[in-house]
Amino acid sequence: MNNQENMLILSSSPHIHSPQNVTSAMRDVLIALIPALLVSLYFFGLPAAMVIATCVIVAVLSEIVAQKIMKRDVTVNDYSAVITGLLLAFCLPPALPLWMAAVGTIAAVIIGKQLFGGLGNNIFNPALVGRAFLLASWPLAMTTWTAPLDTITTATPMGLLKEASAQHLPSISQLFVGNVGGSIGETSAIALIIGGLYLLYKGHIGWRIPFTYIGTVFVLTSIFGAVQGLGIWYPLYHLFGGGLLLGAFFMATDWVSSPITQRGRIIFGIGCGLLTVLIRLKGGYPEGVCYSILLMNVVTPLIDRYTKGRIFGGVKKHA
Amino acid sequence: MSKNTFKGGIHPPDHKELTNALASVPAKLPEKVYLPLSQHIGAPCSPIVQIGDEVLKGQKIAEGKGFVTSPIHASISGKIVSIEKKQHPGGNFVDCIVIESDGKDQWIDTIKPNLNPEALSPEELRTIVFEAGIVGMGGAAFPSHVKYAPAEGKKADFIILNGVECEPFLTSDHRLMLEKAERVIAGLRYILKSVGCEKGIIGIEENKPDAISLFEELTVNDAIINVKPLYEKYPQGSEKQLIYACTQREVPVGGLPLDAGVIVNNVGTAAAIADAVELGLPMIERIVTVSGTGITNPANLLVRFGTLFSDLIEQCGGYNGDIERLICGGLMMGKTVYTADMPVVKGTSGIVILKKADENKVREFNCVRCAKCVDACPAFLEPTTIVKLAKRGLWEEAQNNNALSCIECGCCVYVCPANIPLVQYIRRSKQAIAALKAKAKN
Repeated sequence: MNNQENMLILSSSPHIHSPQNVTSAMRDVLIALIPALLVSLYFFGLPAAMVIATCVIVAVLSEIVAQKIMKRDVTVNDYSAVITGLLLAFCLPPALPLWMAAVGTIAAVIIGKQLFGGLGNNIFNPALVGRAFLLASWPLAMTTWTAPLDTITTATPMGLLKEASAQHLPSISQLFVGNVGGSIGETSAIALIIGGLYLLYKGHIGWRIPFTYIGTVFVLTSIFGAVQGLGIWYPLYHLFGGGLLLGAFFMATDWVSSPITQRGRIIFGIGCGLLTVLIRLKGGYPEGVCYSILLMNVVTPLIDRYTKGRIFGGVKKHA
Repeated sequence: MSKNTFKGGIHPPDHKELTNALASVPAKLPEKVYLPLSQHIGAPCSPIVQIGDEVLKGQKIAEGKGFVTSPIHASISGKIVSIEKKQHPGGNFVDCIVIESDGKDQWIDTIKPNLNPEALSPEELRTIVFEAGIVGMGGAAFPSHVKYAPAEGKKADFIILNGVECEPFLTSDHRLMLEKAERVIAGLRYILKSVGCEKGIIGIEENKPDAISLFEELTVNDAIINVKPLYEKYPQGSEKQLIYACTQREVPVGGLPLDAGVIVNNVGTAAAIADAVELGLPMIERIVTVSGTGITNPANLLVRFGTLFSDLIEQCGGYNGDIERLICGGLMMGKTVYTADMPVVKGTSGIVILKKADENKVREFNCVRCAKCVDACPAFLEPTTIVKLAKRGLWEEAQNNNALSCIECGCCVYVCPANIPLVQYIRRSKQAIAALKAKAKN
């Protein structure tokens, strides 16, 4: 038996690791996005499929090229580029010209992620960087929406709310299923909630950011609605009619660009909610999810710095 | 499900099913024992026997100077054949007294049961605990009589017995609780008396329901001793986390349990104290779990101190295929050792042997700021923040981020999806901070 002992490994504890790693976590995020993906393919058909395919393929290629040029290890195997591509496609209009989608994706991966040093070092959510880039570059194409199961142009529920044309609003149940105009992956509340709950169950996201984000939007729009004499349908439109659920479950919870402290995540969620409502109600855009998260990404380091918690035993506390 | 627990922590697979139903069996009487002169925290012992002396089981063979020390007794009868340096599970080479067995395993005749243990005063109890060489059996091996000595201005409101055993694979405390429950409770009563404390708590995790119900049965209607079932989570057996789980008290940073009005002892220590007080027995043996994927027949063995790991491994049927790691202690905080040619000491709760795994060695990623380490840290630190500072050698910044409060439980490493060796970097920070402090003093 002694020969074997010559081969013993000495290592510093702990000597086990959970089966989770970055790749498996990213794979779980992809799984969580499948319901929304299927719904979007059903309602928006081939054009949406083309945009999604373009974004994913270009994201992967951009990452490979960027990492080759920068002489870094190529890390497309961790699925993070696939997720960036898919999430960006999810917040684009279904009929967006494919070349625009490609340019947006390149901006997302190169500017949003690789120039900062790759996954883990980006200060913004890369997909949202891509979307903001496109919205600033081609505002008309980025706000031309097609109706589900059709090719005619339509308005999004948030757009209709902004124009106060309440009589044309789709029903809440339509919002829930996703049978409304909007970005490719944001329209189906039920699909996004299923995906979000899966991520919560798997422990990849916590409750703090999505719940405080959605809760803040709900409370503020309820107050606004009550002041205007509108019913409970009004805050529900804000919850299910725009990009809030996609943003709250899949974008604001992005590990890299959200705070690491527990209190910080609550502040982050509330901040996203406040800014979203402010942009939707008082700003020029009908939708504010994208910019609100990007703005909160900027203050994430600051939030982390000022929300450092008490350490165990740090304050005397006798029960 | 119990709500009693601490904040943070993880749920590693516990693997206890390998040995938790196996009653402890006495290990084969060793032909030779190697008794290190230091098996405790504090002043090492000096031999009080000579090479060539015949000694009997239970005879004191070494003692130390001062208050914080603990004597060592012969664990078998036989002849002292040498005093030589030997690898100690703690990492260093330590002088060991080597006794060659005479095969008789004969007790020294000065050991007598105490006919009226109830009449002993707290001072007499502490003397018995000291003379019996009793140290904490949970791993740290701190001399028990020191813990019980009155400290100025501090009072113990609770004595907590640690029956948590949260390390994967280890079941020695579990078996001891099932097999020596009365001794554990009796020991707790002597500890309470020697400290002058009126409340005893036995904390047991819910993955040992048989032990919980046994102790609840034995302490039913007991106004002094309470059993606390605890929600199963690692590292609940860590002293400060256990104190919080049982009393919701926090030990202040840099303080001792007594600063929160608590003294914590392992259940095995309590049983050893009962043996010492009632039967006059010194500490010469303990239950050791030999388990893991790399051992043929996992077991709980009652082992004399000084028995070589290799003797125990042989009794357990030898290695099971190609092995990779030999761990003294558990998977989360145990130390890997490079040889089985070292003795079981007072703090050895288990030997875990891991088979060569065809695990795909995953590379270290950038930190993705998932904050799983922050959520898991039972000391409420930000492991990733400390590590980022440590990687740049910013030790003072690491200290400002409370690197010294790390209890090295390893939860952060366990959960890190980026495979960053967080606790290892924090250990490095602690060393560097200590070095800076030493430099500043000179």
